[in-house]
Amino acid sequence: MSSRTNISCLQEAKRVAIFGGTHGNEMSGITLVNMWIQNSAEIERNGLVIKPFISNPRAVEKCTRYIDTDLNRAFTPENLSAPDVEGLPYEVQRAKEMNRMFGPKGSSDAYDAIFDLHNTTSNMGSTLILESSTDLFNLQMVHYIKKAMAPHTCSVLLNEHPQLKYSTTRSVAKHPIGLEVGPQPQGVLRSNVFEFMRTILKHALDFIELFNSGVEFPPCTVDVFRVQERMDYPRDTNGNITAMVHPHLQDCDWEPLNRGDPMFLTFDGRTVLYEGANTVYPTFINEAAYYEKQQAFMTTCREILAANAIRKACK
Amino acid sequence: MKAVAMPTVSRVAVCGGTHGNELAGIYLVREMLKKRADGTEPVSVVTVMSNPRAAQLCVRYVETDLNRCFTRAALSAPVSETSPYEMVRSQELNALLGPKASMQAVDLLCDLHNTTANTGLCLITYSDRDWICLHICKHLQAQMASTPVRYVHFDIPLNEAYSLDSVGKHGFAMEIGPQPHGVVRSVIFSAMQEGVQLMMDWICQFNSGTLFEGGWVDVYTMVKNIDYPRDSETHVITAAVHPDLQDRDFCLLHPGDPMFLCFSGETLRYRGKEALYPFFINEGAYYEKGVALSLARKRRVQIPSVL
Repeated sequence: MSSRTNISCLQEAKRVAIFGGTHGNEMSGITLVNMWIQNSAEIERNGLVIKPFISNPRAVEKCTRYIDTDLNRAFTPENLSAPDVEGLPYEVQRAKEMNRMFGPKGSSDAYDAIFDLHNTTSNMGSTLILESSTDLFNLQMVHYIKKAMAPHTCSVLLNEHPQLKYSTTRSVAKHPIGLEVGPQPQGVLRSNVFEFMRTILKHALDFIELFNSGVEFPPCTVDVFRVQERMDYPRDTNGNITAMVHPHLQDCDWEPLNRGDPMFLTFDGRTVLYEGANTVYPTFINEAAYYEKQQAFMTTCREILAANAIRKACK
Repeated sequence: MKAVAMPTVSRVAVCGGTHGNELAGIYLVREMLKKRADGTEPVSVVTVMSNPRAAQLCVRYVETDLNRCFTRAALSAPVSETSPYEMVRSQELNALLGPKASMQAVDLLCDLHNTTANTGLCLITYSDRDWICLHICKHLQAQMASTPVRYVHFDIPLNEAYSLDSVGKHGFAMEIGPQPHGVVRSVIFSAMQEGVQLMMDWICQFNSGTLFEGGWVDVYTMVKNIDYPRDSETHVITAAVHPDLQDRDFCLLHPGDPMFLCFSGETLRYRGKEALYPFFINEGAYYEKGVALSLARKRRVQIPSVL
């Protein structure tokens, strides 16, 4: 490593996977991966092994989010080390199997990068999800993707929160990247959403190919939204929701929410205001799958992350 | 047209959760059930959660689509413990709100639905000369400023009419979109609440002797469904609804207009000879039914004054 010019030399990224159908009703990723399993020409890159893969085939078959438990929460240390016994939930079995194929998580044998393709009913547009603020490879990649996609906006969501961070399917890899594109209803394929996701992946693979060929990427900064808090719906004593996301907040992902702004509208017409002290940037507003996870939206704060220049390490 | 005298609409049913993941109707029915009737209402309203098991699981149906179980054949089929849940349930609902085609049936059945398609508010029914339904539509169109309201007609005889709304003497599905399944959007909930309230207001005024002036209503009559292009061997879809058609429900589709954008990049165009009105464009629940969109003919129907 040259300390004078501060370039980080990183290992080549040789093995890459693209996961679709981690949730069986999020159609863009399922359609793309099935297409690429049939014909991989579009995703082939020099010197790269790229594996398109359907994470949860049983859920995809039923066009449902999951069979027994959410696969995208199942890659916990406890689950991955659970003994092979009968009666394990389907997704826990699947997590163990995928950890064997693409991991083991945390080891040097793990896949270098995994792209996990998701859709959301929220108006998040194209979002790239990171789990670490210090993964230089990923920071440089999202910077590259954002520039390549411009003027179309790609937002970057960083979930490094100690309690709210969860054990994703992609976390098996050294460099996990979530792609979340919305709004799209579950079970529906919208052409524009499909094409955005397809293009983002094209740029991501281009970046990896360039990196592996020895290209140096100069220092950069990345605007991110860092996860702060989960906000639930108001509920009654039976756990039923008593209000909906307010029309002024609905579809306003990534826009500032200030103290006193409307947040929820009760079924009988009363407005509930946001009372937090600081301005936050909500996201995952009214995501269908999160009603059962007690989440109406997530709050984030804006941050600028800096990344060193990077270059492939010489052998 | 001469004014038509019609019997009072004394018994009304409002049903939600016929599909357990269409949330505006589910939450509206729950709210209506909380406000107990105090016996002074001018109209008797029975509020029903049609498919409680599906609503509990937030799925469209548990074993089979409840809203296809109301044909005469389905309602008279023998049911046992091994019958699909929804087949048993449709017969329970028929006993409660019908029997269909009998004098005991409720006068009006309003069945609440949501769709992922950008339909606005539609009243969907089997008749294009049911003056009660047509007048309710005209009333909603006049009163609802920010929501488009349309009348959609499926030309199917009563015996073969398969949906819950066919159980009432008069009936329609009140379908509002766009809303993803499993989500309640406040704008959609409010529109549904307003639609039901306006329907009840019309019924009360009608029952108390108000004359409603006749006029004209545009009726969209369903002509055919169009499926996605599919791979001949695997049956997997090979295209998405074209961006130029997506969300353009009830905008006239001309021969040659784009319909599908294939994953290969090719555009497939509408090959019919007649310009028609597309609706239910890209409804999530219809992929398994082989329907990408439906096409309708529009015509102006004259309706008489009623009292």
